[in-house]
Amino acid sequence: MSDLAKTPEPATAQTSKVTTGPESTPAPAASAAPVPAVDPRLLVREEGLKGYWTEFTRKIRGGELGSLPVVLGLIVIAIVFQVQNGNFLSASSVANIAVYSSGLGIMAVGIVFVLILGEIDLSMGSVAGVGAAVWAVLNVTNGVSDLLSVVLAVVSGLLIGLLHGFFFAKIGVPAFVVTLAGFLGWSGLQIWLMGKEGSINAPSGSIVENLTAYYFEDKAAAYGLALVAVLAYAGSLLLDAKRRKAAALPSRPVSEIVLRTAVVAILCFVVAYVLNEPEGARGLPLALVLFLAVLVIADFVARRTLFGRKVFAVGGNAEAARRAGINVDRIRILVFGVSGMLAAFGGLFVASLSGGATKSLGSGNTLMLVIAAAVIGGTSLFGGRGKVWSALLGMIVIQSIQQGLNMIGMANEIQYMITGAVLLAAVVIDSISRRTQKTAGRA
Amino acid sequence: MIHVSATPVLALRGVSKRFGAVQVLTDVELEIHAGEVVALVGDNGAGKSTLVKTISGVHPIDEGTIEWDGRPVQITKPHDAQNLGVATVYQDLALCDNLDVVANLFLGSELRSASVLDEIAMEKRAKELLDTLSIRIPSVRIPVAALSGGQRQVVAIARALIGDPKIVILDEPTAALGVEQTAQVLDLVERLRERGHGVILISHNMADVRAVADRVAVLRLGRNNGDFKVADTSHETIIAAITGATDNAVTRRQARTASAAATKEDAK
Repeated sequence: MSDLAKTPEPATAQTSKVTTGPESTPAPAASAAPVPAVDPRLLVREEGLKGYWTEFTRKIRGGELGSLPVVLGLIVIAIVFQVQNGNFLSASSVANIAVYSSGLGIMAVGIVFVLILGEIDLSMGSVAGVGAAVWAVLNVTNGVSDLLSVVLAVVSGLLIGLLHGFFFAKIGVPAFVVTLAGFLGWSGLQIWLMGKEGSINAPSGSIVENLTAYYFEDKAAAYGLALVAVLAYAGSLLLDAKRRKAAALPSRPVSEIVLRTAVVAILCFVVAYVLNEPEGARGLPLALVLFLAVLVIADFVARRTLFGRKVFAVGGNAEAARRAGINVDRIRILVFGVSGMLAAFGGLFVASLSGGATKSLGSGNTLMLVIAAAVIGGTSLFGGRGKVWSALLGMIVIQSIQQGLNMIGMANEIQYMITGAVLLAAVVIDSISRRTQKTAGRA
Repeated sequence: MIHVSATPVLALRGVSKRFGAVQVLTDVELEIHAGEVVALVGDNGAGKSTLVKTISGVHPIDEGTIEWDGRPVQITKPHDAQNLGVATVYQDLALCDNLDVVANLFLGSELRSASVLDEIAMEKRAKELLDTLSIRIPSVRIPVAALSGGQRQVVAIARALIGDPKIVILDEPTAALGVEQTAQVLDLVERLRERGHGVILISHNMADVRAVADRVAVLRLGRNNGDFKVADTSHETIIAAITGATDNAVTRRQARTASAAATKEDAK
């Protein structure tokens, strides 16, 4: 609202035939014939690839960087580490990055929803720990069946999240404080659940062990998934364009659809090739498949469903959302529920990587990495703006750096400092692009 | 000239509302018929905005009854008011800056199958609606943050019409607008009346009120202070009702400049 005063008066030049006379004697309403509502000052994108390029450069200059900094950053990271150590882009290294990204990435998806809401969840790590502890105690200590204990672990995360949401939305405690209390409290519960044992190992062959240990060794799996992804992507673009054309709405030109599909296809098949073909390749990791599934579902929920729309509305302007009849409290509670659920699910991946549940699982820098991934990926800390895919991009950046630094034998403490610097750089880019967007009138 | 139904669509009977130690509304009566524009006027702090918020469910009433088509109803949350058919355009526009125009127009009443949004149907209807209202904005797919103040106002008003409401409440709709946009909004108000909506118009601008309103309901310090037919009420009578006295600075000043003020008012 603050830019009311700064913004120019709306278009008047083309509307003169609608209204007549001075302010106190408005024209009879009947004179308002429908006129096409295209503002003459609107910059319309030209058809074809050239128009696409001008639109792209205009967006960059306007500060709408989107995923560009992250993608460029990833390319730089890949080149730097590949030069330092020729194995960085090898099959096992790439598979490692994918697998290590999965657990924390799923947790980052949860925090993306919370950040879109304009809030923060500091309890992600502890809830992950509780999820892993619940699974371990049920499955290993008490012999509950594999699947049921996994489901119950995820449900426990959901309930914890809903509880956070209840205190935040209904009681009015700031989310920062609620989840900070959760951060302490749930890690206490985790240690209490684990009891005397310091750690409970995942039984071999169990679901949790397979989460990160199982690879689809058949080469058809990786290529098939890449093919399905590309076809689904192109199909959804074409279907959308067809429906928009049928409704006489502006639609994406075919050239843009071809270009987008080509980029996605190259990415998918290069990754599939690296996972399948080179020496030491083990095929498609199950963890990556699950992570992608979570991403696709969460992205659909965020962008295409009523719930997602309401989350963005509450994050953008909670009072406006309330007046529009949206049950703001319910949305807030549900978002914290989703965040808790994904934290617990991600916790099982972390447990799988470390061979089982431990008393310290989820402590340390887990929470920081999760939040950093969402922010590096481009989700705003100020609410209302964000993409689910930023969890993937940001987590790949973080894990690539860690993997690369490990490979060139950098010490842990240096890794922390570098990851911290990358996070700061991401937020700096976000802040600068936001300021440019403001001056360009797009935020 | 205006067809007015016998039973008011919306009637407030003895409505009271207090915030802590402040009695904001006391025994307020108000009736709105279909196809009628009622201007709600009063000085700052008279309770206009609070009254509107009680009707639209933002603040539930403490005492009194609200009748809809003659039968008493409970309005305790915005959703109740929406379900009845009350649409409100707030002074602080209550748009979500981060959402695009289409999303804002349909916020709270999204078109969907199951729980999946039908973006194409929404965009189509949004364009049709904006066309029929002769509203011009650069694109329906840009975030509201990128619109100017006047454009936001027309989007906010257009949004009130999405659910085809029976009562439309406009809280200071022309306060932030230029000459052209004010005329457009007043056109819009008259079009609403022709389509049979009841309109509650809050305004400090007497020229606007006299231009489009059929009745003027005056609030003063949270109480009713007169209900006038615009056609046979003088400007001074309304001003007197708003300020609460016939002998005060306003009327004395007007006596001094009576003729000048009258011509000025007409010319405006």
